[in-house]
Amino acid sequence: MNGIYAVMGTILPFSFLQYTFMKNALLAILLITPLFGMLGTMAVDNKMAFFSDALGHSALTGVALGVVLGMKDQMLPMLLFGVLWAALITFVKQHSRMSADTIISVFSSASIALGLVILSRGGAFARYSSLLVGDVLSVTAEDLPLLLGALILVFVCWTFLFNPLLLTSVNASLARSRGIRTKLTEYGFTILVALCVMVSIRWVGVMLINSLLILPAAASRNLARNAVSYLWGSVLISLVCGIAGLILSYYLNTSAGAAIVLLCALVYFISLPLRRR
Amino acid sequence: MRERGTPVPVPAPVKGASKELSGCRLCRIEVDNLSVKRDGQVLISDVNLHIHCGELTALIGTNGAGKTTLLRALLGQIEYKGDIRHLTGDGRPAAAVRTGYVPQQLEFDHSSPVSVQDFLAAAFSSRPVFLGISRKVREMARHALMRTHSEHLADRPLGALSGGELQRVLLALALTPQPDLLILDEPVSGMDENGLETFYQTVNELKKRNHMAILLVSHDLDVVRRYADRVALMQGTVIEQGTPERVFASKAFEQVFYSREGRE
Repeated sequence: MNGIYAVMGTILPFSFLQYTFMKNALLAILLITPLFGMLGTMAVDNKMAFFSDALGHSALTGVALGVVLGMKDQMLPMLLFGVLWAALITFVKQHSRMSADTIISVFSSASIALGLVILSRGGAFARYSSLLVGDVLSVTAEDLPLLLGALILVFVCWTFLFNPLLLTSVNASLARSRGIRTKLTEYGFTILVALCVMVSIRWVGVMLINSLLILPAAASRNLARNAVSYLWGSVLISLVCGIAGLILSYYLNTSAGAAIVLLCALVYFISLPLRRR
Repeated sequence: MRERGTPVPVPAPVKGASKELSGCRLCRIEVDNLSVKRDGQVLISDVNLHIHCGELTALIGTNGAGKTTLLRALLGQIEYKGDIRHLTGDGRPAAAVRTGYVPQQLEFDHSSPVSVQDFLAAAFSSRPVFLGISRKVREMARHALMRTHSEHLADRPLGALSGGELQRVLLALALTPQPDLLILDEPVSGMDENGLETFYQTVNELKKRNHMAILLVSHDLDVVRRYADRVALMQGTVIEQGTPERVFASKAFEQVFYSREGRE
């Protein structure tokens, strides 16, 4: 780790990087933002913005379960609950004829309520309110390997899931006729999104996590003409906004997550009139 | 309709397609006593239908007659009771029957920046499209599009195509790899007169050249009259089948289409 810090200090001799917590935050952003940039493309194409929002909220319940079970580190219950919750929503969505947004809304409300009931017992919610906003400056060197692992895992899964997802987003029946297991693909994708949301929720926060997934992809699709420029454009936008947002938050002394999302929104609004076609 | 088990004469091989006609190839599909139930409700029952290679069989009928249900059973996408047999010219089971499918309507996100080439490459190759498309797959896509006279559409976004252009792209996809059975579900919705004519001429050309069985679901009786070799009229089951002339002149046809129109 010290080696990495030394390299960063040499090639990036900026005053905001003199602190270790800023170096960690920058590394975390370099790992988190490409994840969301990639997954966002298909979340937008498959109209899943609301779904990922619900997943973000379910992090509260994951933490609450960890607290109930008396666990010190709530990452594991959060991950397990997130994956289970994502699979459950997908299952109900596939087996019910009710509209998807109603189902997601029911699940989302239920998980927030359960999380709040547990976490606010005895008026103790203030202790967990950091989860709502997130703080990327509190990333430690020990947290980084988990993020790196998530990035590698997601990238590998993504190479298998991307083509099936693309075909499924155009027409599920057509995709099935070409031998794609569309339901399995949907499970795989939602579980990946759940994993990403859970490993980064502490740094980004429940309120903003969804923006990080949706905004870069939404901006990129305004500018892109094909799948290659769409995906890499989305990754680039999230990376640039991530780094710029961190620097901005340092000088303005404000929340980094919020600054990043604000920049993503700015890019989206700039891209809007540039829409091709 | 021929009796089951009677050998069906294979039509004279078309030039260039002779090696496609070896013994293990599909010659006809026999649907026997097929029924589909969903949530305790009978959608179609006792469907008997033969679909022959080198012919275009049209399914007609009003909305809710079960045409799409029958297609989905043939595609293996829903559970059914009864038999669907794929047979060769001498009545033996045909090996590895490939089905190409052109879906009814695409309710996809038209603002998505996916080009025609991306879409085809995602179906043709396992390499993820975002890592770039290899020259081989590009060539495959171009070749597929050429078969439906749409190679100029390769770089256009899928969402920017007209109804007719989109149908030709979907047909190009359904034809690669070359299917034994091509299923066209209502491929004319949202197509202009010109696009419709070109589309069916292409289908007709392909039918002759590739000796495949084509099953078409259509509401356009004029198209059916001109391009179908056989027609099956459905209303919960197949109530009349045969040549277009025969079916169009039948009492059942009149009841389904004209008495209904009179009511409206």
